[in-house]
This record gives sequence, structure tokens and C-alpha cells, in this order.
Amino acid sequence: MAEVEPDGGRAPVLRLDDATIGFHGRTLWQDLSLDLVPGEFLAVLGPNGSGKSTLLKVLLGLQRLNSGRVEIAGRPARRGSSRVGYIPQQQTLPVETPLRARDLIAMGLDGHRFGLRTRPRALQATVDQLLEDVGATDYAEMPVGLLSGGEQQRLRAAQALASDPDVLLCDEPLHSLDLHHQQAVTELIRRQAQERDAAVVFVTHEINPVIEHVDRVLYFARGQYRIGTPEEVIRSEVLSELYDSPVDVIEHRGRLVIMADHVEGDHCHVDHGGVL
Amino acid sequence: MIERITSSFSTDGYWDLFQLVQNSVITAGVLGLMGGLIGIFIMLRRTALVVHGIAEISFAGAALALLAGVDVVAGSAVGAVVTALLIGVLSLKDKDTSGVTGVLMPFGMGLGILFLHLYQGRSSNQFGLLTGQIVGVDDMQTQTLVTGSVIITAVLIVIWRPLMFASVDPQLAAARGVHVSALSILFMVLLGSAVAMSVQVVGALLVLSLLVVPSAAALKISVRPLSVVLFSMAFALVSAVGGIMLALMGTVPISPYITTISFLIYLVCLGIGRGRRIRRQHQVAEVMARSARQA
Repeated sequence: MAEVEPDGGRAPVLRLDDATIGFHGRTLWQDLSLDLVPGEFLAVLGPNGSGKSTLLKVLLGLQRLNSGRVEIAGRPARRGSSRVGYIPQQQTLPVETPLRARDLIAMGLDGHRFGLRTRPRALQATVDQLLEDVGATDYAEMPVGLLSGGEQQRLRAAQALASDPDVLLCDEPLHSLDLHHQQAVTELIRRQAQERDAAVVFVTHEINPVIEHVDRVLYFARGQYRIGTPEEVIRSEVLSELYDSPVDVIEHRGRLVIMADHVEGDHCHVDHGGVL
Repeated sequence: MIERITSSFSTDGYWDLFQLVQNSVITAGVLGLMGGLIGIFIMLRRTALVVHGIAEISFAGAALALLAGVDVVAGSAVGAVVTALLIGVLSLKDKDTSGVTGVLMPFGMGLGILFLHLYQGRSSNQFGLLTGQIVGVDDMQTQTLVTGSVIITAVLIVIWRPLMFASVDPQLAAARGVHVSALSILFMVLLGSAVAMSVQVVGALLVLSLLVVPSAAALKISVRPLSVVLFSMAFALVSAVGGIMLALMGTVPISPYITTISFLIYLVCLGIGRGRRIRRQHQVAEVMARSARQA
């Protein structure tokens, strides 16, 4: 498969080596080898159930590979690593959640620790800085349950960036956000990649909102994958071969539109895979 | 002055009576404080029905103990913890604790009725457990209940941050290395123990009024983590202790006093919280509009 060599000389910060995973006798993907260098932006695409989120679980150390190896910053992936930041899919918090915006951020910083906070003042200073970084200072004292989904997602991004991670994992972070918040969250992710040299793994159904930042695409389908630059992978021939059925890719003003009428699952219909 | 106030109560011997139930007041107070604390997680994890289920099924444990000729209180406690564990384990995968509770509750109650039926002696006087029997608390029981409450409170404080993280945002918590499933099970054990102890005070039927209502009320009026905790504990304390003190004046059992006080507190908080939330929503909308303009 098309394995692209990492940029000259830089040590990869994320490495998958002949990785294979599956459940209950069904293989999701196999022999996946991948190196990401600092600052690289990888978009992960594919129909539902093709193993995109499972890839993130593997990288988070929450799911074991059936075979192969996975390394983050030169060491095997392990759960709770501060080298890894994670932005989950937007999910609205209940109105009565007893947390203010600043409490949510603080939770991202030290919520995994047992016992009482030892240095609350230093923590609040860090929280203030993070709120400022993501432009959420105005909401600091607001109950999170009353914020819009977009604002909550901006706070999750701040949580993920809190430890200045080397690898940033995003699971459809823009899903169901309005354009304004899509741009705000994308900008935070881009900044972490370009200014702080984090490698980004961005799982999505929609590549267009981030296409200008994407260096490489990993496309899963039917237990196989293709990897390469967007131009190399998102092409009619490549996707038709991957899906084993005719797929048309149309470029329209810098956006890619994927058209197919009978691709497996509900992926490539014009409504959501359509403007991919 | 004090004399005038006290003499306005119905009995002259009120304070003498109060001395007699000192143990009960201490116990109720401590249980209230613990209940107010754990109640916040009960609300956040949406397990109010589980509390009721555990309380009801603890009755089966009590009935079995009666049948086996061992301590009824211990039987109900074991029943509560075992039930809590079962619910915890069975709902690990899909988080549907209400569903599992709904399945286990009729079976547990059925077992309870069967055990009672098999019991040859008189059982009616053993079942203060269902409606509460705190007036009879002796020194030994007080000690046990206070110790238990202190332990539960201490454990809750130690696991507070990860449990809060796992309750509010389980996906992210897992990604940050929190052992979400292990915490769920530990929480169920704490909950089972808390229910087992509260059953002694207000009885299986009314456990919710100490473990759920105070924190539900607190969550209506505040979002600051610390003040939610303090309000919740204060409400539970007032309901439990106030209920006993009022009950001393008449012949009505303690439970209705406790449930009524906690429900009234809830109503007041509901009213206050509504106004507050509407004001906050306006505030949030304003801030969002402002920052959208800036962007």
C-alpha cells in the first residue's frame, strides 16, 4: 500500500507498525503502517464501522492491537498519557451540570487525579491562560450546561491542549457545530499543529472544513486502507478500487465532492458522504 | 426568652425527650451529611431509581436474615450492597442502570415475600425497616452508622475528581486515563452501603428523601461545585435532624416529617433556580453574541 516516507530526518512522533485489529473474528483493518512527524495533519476517512474511532482508541491506549505495534513519542501507547490530547465528538452536557467553564477546563488538567487539589491557585492561573488562548475568557464563570454545543466544544479543545500534547487526536470534533464554531475549533487544532509541532489525527466524515490543513489522508473501507496526500487518495480510480464499485470524485472550487450511489453502509450518499 | 419559645412547643418534657433520642439525632445528622454528598453523584449519574431499587431489594436481604435467624439489619445491609454490585456489573456495558434496576427489583421483592412466607414466626414487628425506626438507635448502632458515614465520606473525597470527571464526561475521562468502569463499580458499592445505612433512619420506602432530594434541590440553585456540595449537605442535615425534632412533639412517625421538609426545600429551590437560570441564560446569550461580533 502507498506508504509515504516521513519528511527527511525528523523522528516520527506517532508510529504504527503492521497494526491489525478486529473483533469477533472480523478484521477491521490489517497491516497498517504509518509514521507521523511533528506538525503533520492526518485526516482519517471512511464509512461508519470501518475502524476510524477504533484507531483513536488504539492510539489512546484504550484498545489493544491484535498484532503489530503502536508507539507515541517513541514509547508504546498507554492510557492517560499527557503527550496525547483528545477532542471527542461534540456531546451536549446536561443543563444542571454543576460546573462552570473554568471547572470543566480544570477537570481536563487534573480531573484524573485522586485526593484534594494541592495547589489550587497555580491551577486557576493555568486555567485562566487556557481560557484566554481559546477565546473563552468571557464564559469563565458561566455554567457549562447553559453554553451552546459549539462553546462546549471550544472548551473541550482547550482541555485537550492543556498538556501541550505532541499528538492531538480528534474524533469528529466539528460534527454538528455551526460554521463559526467549526472555524474556531479548527483554528485551535491548526495552531497546535503548526505553532507547537503536534501531529494531528483528525477523524471525520467531512474533509472539506479542514482540507487546506490536511497533509495526508488515511481512507478506510472494506477492511483495507489507502494513505497519501488528498490528491493521491481522494480520486475516482483510487476510491473505486477501494470500494470495489464506481465512485466519482469531483473537485469544485477547492472542495471535494464524492459521489457514489451504492457504496456499502450509509457513507457515500450525497447527503453526508456526498460533500465529503 | 428561650424558655418562652420552648414552652410554646406541645410538650413540657420536650428537652427530656430530646436527651433520649440524642443518638438518633447524631446519627441522622451524620447520615444526612453523607447522603447530601453522595447524592450529587446519584443525580449526575442519573441513578435515582437505582437508589430506590437497592432500598427495596435490601428488604429481601432482611427477610432472608429473619428466616436464617441472623441479624435483620445486617441482612438488609448485605442485601443492599450485593444488589448495588449486581446493578453496577450488569450495567457496565450499556450504562442503562434504570433498565437493570427495573429487572432486578421485582425479582428481589418476590424473593423477599417468599422468605417472609417461609418464616414461621411473627414478622410484622421486624419490619420497622420499611418505614424507619431511628428512635430506637442504641450506642452501638450509632457508632457503626457514624463510622460507616465517615468512611463513605472519606472515600468520596479521595475519588471526587476522577468520579466527577467520569460522571460528567466518561469518554474524555477514559482518554485521560481514568478507570471509568472500576470507578462505576466502586461508586455502586458506596451507594449500596449508603442506602443500607439510610434504610435504618428513614426506612427502605423513603431513602430517596435523604439521598436524592437534597442534592436535586442544590443542583437547582447553584453550579459552583463547592457550593452545590455545601447546599446539598445542609439540606439533608436540616431534613433529617429537623424531621426527628418535629416528630418528638407528636405521635406521627418520623418519615413523613423528613420527606415533607426535604420536599419543601426542593420546591423553594425549584422556584429560586428557575428565576436564576433564566437570568443566567440571558447573560450567556449576551456574552455569546458579543464574542460572535468580535470574531
